[in-house]
Order: sequence, then C-alpha cells, then structure tokens
Amino acid sequence: MTQLALVIDLNVCVGCHACVTSCKQWNTSGEAGYLSDDRPYGAEPTGTFFNRVQTFEVGEFPSTDTVHFPKSCLHCEDPPCVPVCPTGASYKRAEDGIVLVDYDKCIGCKYCSWACPYGAREIDEHQKVMKKCTLCVDRIYDKALPAADRKPACVMACPTSARLFGDIHDPDSQVSQAIRDSGGYALMPEWGTRPANHYLPRRKTAKSIHPDELQRHDNPLKIDGQLPRPSASESALDDVTSW
Amino acid sequence: MRPAWSVILFTTLSGAGQGLFLALFAATAVGAPGGEAAVPRAFVAVLVVVSLALVGAGLVASIFHLGHPERGWRAAARWRTSWLSREVIVLPLFMALTALFGALHWLGMSQAAFAAGVLASGACLALYICTGMIYACLPFLQEWRTPLTPINFIALGCASGLSAAAALAAWLHPPLAGAYAGTALVAGALGYLGRLASLARNARLRPKSTLASAIGVKHPKIRQIAQGAMGGSFNTREFFHGRTREVVHAVRWSFLALVFPVPALLQALGPQSAALLGAAFLAQYAGLVAERWYFFADAKHPQNLYYQAIA
Repeated sequence: MTQLALVIDLNVCVGCHACVTSCKQWNTSGEAGYLSDDRPYGAEPTGTFFNRVQTFEVGEFPSTDTVHFPKSCLHCEDPPCVPVCPTGASYKRAEDGIVLVDYDKCIGCKYCSWACPYGAREIDEHQKVMKKCTLCVDRIYDKALPAADRKPACVMACPTSARLFGDIHDPDSQVSQAIRDSGGYALMPEWGTRPANHYLPRRKTAKSIHPDELQRHDNPLKIDGQLPRPSASESALDDVTSW
Repeated sequence: MRPAWSVILFTTLSGAGQGLFLALFAATAVGAPGGEAAVPRAFVAVLVVVSLALVGAGLVASIFHLGHPERGWRAAARWRTSWLSREVIVLPLFMALTALFGALHWLGMSQAAFAAGVLASGACLALYICTGMIYACLPFLQEWRTPLTPINFIALGCASGLSAAAALAAWLHPPLAGAYAGTALVAGALGYLGRLASLARNARLRPKSTLASAIGVKHPKIRQIAQGAMGGSFNTREFFHGRTREVVHAVRWSFLALVFPVPALLQALGPQSAALLGAAFLAQYAGLVAERWYFFADAKHPQNLYYQAIA
C-alpha cells in the first residue's frame, strides 16, 4: 500500500513562509475554487490556509532555540476526522493514503475539525465547507506537468529543501530513509492517530574534546621540559640501539 | 471550545422535549390499569404536541449550525461510524414515533399507542445516547471523554422534561402535577449529582498533550512566538470561548444554582401551582442553557497548543 506524506526537516527550515504562499497560490487557483482571503492588507487579515509556519522558542534566554514549525494536515494513517464525518465527505483514499474532503458533500458541520487534535482543518468562511491540505492531489498526478514538477507546491517552493515528499510505506523511498536515518518522528503520538507526515528533529553539530586532545604529548614547543636523550654509549634495552 | 448557540439550543430543547415525552408515556403506561380515563386524551395530545414542538425547535436551531443545510440529508449516510449521523437518523424517527403515539392515543387505540410509545421511548433513549456520544466519542477532548457525558444528557434532559410535564399538568390535569413534580425533583437531583461528578472529574484532569509532544521537542519550557497568521483564523475562533475567567465562573455558579436548587425549591413550595412549576421549568431550562454553554467552554482542545500567540 502507498502512503504519500511529507517529511519536514526542522533542522533546515528557516521559517521563510515560501511553502505557505506557494500552497495558497496553487490551491486558490484550482478547480475547487478559491481559498478565502479576507482583508489581506487590512488590520485583521484572515483566511483559509492549508499550511502555516509557526515559530516556537525552546528554552530560556540565553540558551534558547528558535524552531520554525510548518504545520499542515498530517494525513494520518488512522485519521480520527474521517469516521466522525456524517456524510462521508471526509475520506482517506485507499490508493495513496491522502485524506481528502469532498467539497460537494460537505455540510459544513465542523465536526471533523473538532475530531482533529492538530487543528489541521479550517472551514472556508465563504464557501462554508471544510478545507485542508490535499497534498496537491491535483498536481502530483498531472501528466501535463514535467515529471520533476509532480510534487506538492510547498515542496517545490522550499528554498532549503526542508520538505521531502514520497511514499513512507516504501522502505527505499527518500522519505522513509530520511525518517529512518535522521530520527523522524510523529506529532502527538499519545493519540494513536499515526500521522503519515513526519518531522526530522533539530540536529546540533557537536564535538566532544578530551583534555589529552588539547595537550599533544609530542608538542615540539614542550621539548624543553623533556629529559635529555640518553647517549649512545649507555646501555640500551635491546643492546642494539639507543632510544 | 467556543460554545455555539445552535448546538446549545438544540441539545437543551430536544433534551427537554424527549424528557417530556418519556414523562407522558410513563404516565399513560402506569395509568393503563385504571383504564384510558387515567390520563385524559386532550392532555396527552397537548403534551405530545409540546414535546414535538420542543424537539422540532431544537432541530431548527441545529440547522443553523450547518454551513450547507440544503445538503443536510446527506448526513444520514455514515451511521456505521459517526454518532452525528446516527443522531440525524434517530431524531426524525423519534419525532415520527411520538407523533404516531399521539395519533393512536387520540384515536383511542390504546394497545397500538402503547406499542408505538414503547418504540418511541427506545428511539428517545437512543437519541439521548447519540447526542451524548457525539461529544463523548472524541478522545482528544478529555473533559467530554467520559460515560458521564451521555448519562448527564439523559438525566438532565429527563429532569427538564419532567419539570415541563409538572407545569403543564398543574395547568391542564392537576392530579398528575404532584407526581411529576416529585419525579422531576428526583431526576433533577440525579442529573445535578452527575454534573457535579463530571465537574469534579474535569477539575483533576491533566492534559495528555503538551507543547513538547505537539511539536516534538523535548523541553519543559517552550513558548510560541508566531502562529502563522496575524489576524486570527478558524483555529483561533472555533476552539477558544474568548471569555474571561470571571465570566466562565459566573456561568458555572449560575447553572449550579439554576439547574437544581432553584427549581427544586419552587417545585417543593408549590407542587400544584402552575405558576410556580412553570417558573421552576423556566429557571431549570435557563440553567441548562448555562450548563451547556459551560460544557463547551470547559473543553480544552489540544489544537489550542498550536494557537497560543499571535505575531
């Protein structure tokens, strides 16, 4: 079985929001209609987004870490939002594991958003239907696009390649290798939703140095402190050489 | 969670209407040995109409919760997995069976009316359970994830229905008023105890999710700097009640007074007085509206961890 997913490398994300704008641009221009965008240049801008970059400060000054944290639908393997939908508008595709909303069946009751612990679903205030990340399902299978472009818009836009896209059920895929080799983890594992999207942790480059590595025993500058070499006439350990 | 008036009105109105039907059917069933005359036909008809009006008003209120009410019929599709879908099926079933019970009783077909009443009571109980399970089935909302949720929906719904029945009986058929007022007291006390138990339980809850598990960084001190939106979003509007702690506490104290102590006092003072029993029902209903508001405001959704600061 295929389970498409994003793997987001928090070690590389610089929080530039390029994925957010690229996502909004692609998905507001699609067949399903626009994404609400009210007062974009006003005092209280608001609208529907599939993807948001949040920023967290870990620790206390001065030992703090800034973590930029892109958040979108995690396409859970056990999605709690799907069974609660009364109409079947929310569904998980068997062929590739993408969780989608059928905008023509959605009655806008918002129950699925209550059932998502991640806040990944946002209602469109104008179209009155629930919307969420589609993994750019209208893009990744589009034969009209060059093969290299058949990726979600956010992945295409990321300038630091912090976003990887692929099948996490294929052990040899780039995303599976990244999860395996770089400590990929899922969000809020306590709820058993088994998110397909994974995050790669911050990885600090650190080196441990022992004191004897700072003191070279053969440092030529310290030669004065050494005892003089024994003369050639003195007895040697093996009676052949002096040391 | 942000309390939605549509859902508050639906759960309280429908709960009272269902309780009223159960009160009526119990009286007709118990009164059966004494013959049909035990409960007058007109009184049964009025109570059936009032019950249907309350549930119908709740249904209308609930429609305002939907973004696309014209597609509401689709909500019957997923009854295998969704409690909301089950509720959408059971609600009209209950109304139809209640109407059938009323019609058969009016026509004097007491055997058939009894059978319809039994079925309607089953649908009534199922509707209470569906309504309660819509909230109790969500594992993330720990305040709702308890058997006390559907139990309290049943007990408080029955209490308000019995209070309404007592007021209507004092006005239209006084012999039943005392019995209804007495059972309303008992049901009110049970519902009150159940709600106190859930309040005590929720006060001791520890949230399962933390910022550390939300973003997967192991550190006890994490704070949000930006949430990716400057003017709020659906996530900041739907999942926060947006009221001060004082308002929430005031609502809690008012429902703790109005759900049981005030109506109980009125019902004990005037078990035959239509005015006092009517006032008792209205006070209890107002208390239940406050109780339901608090029920939503009290629930803390884990998604709120991601929406703590705007910048």
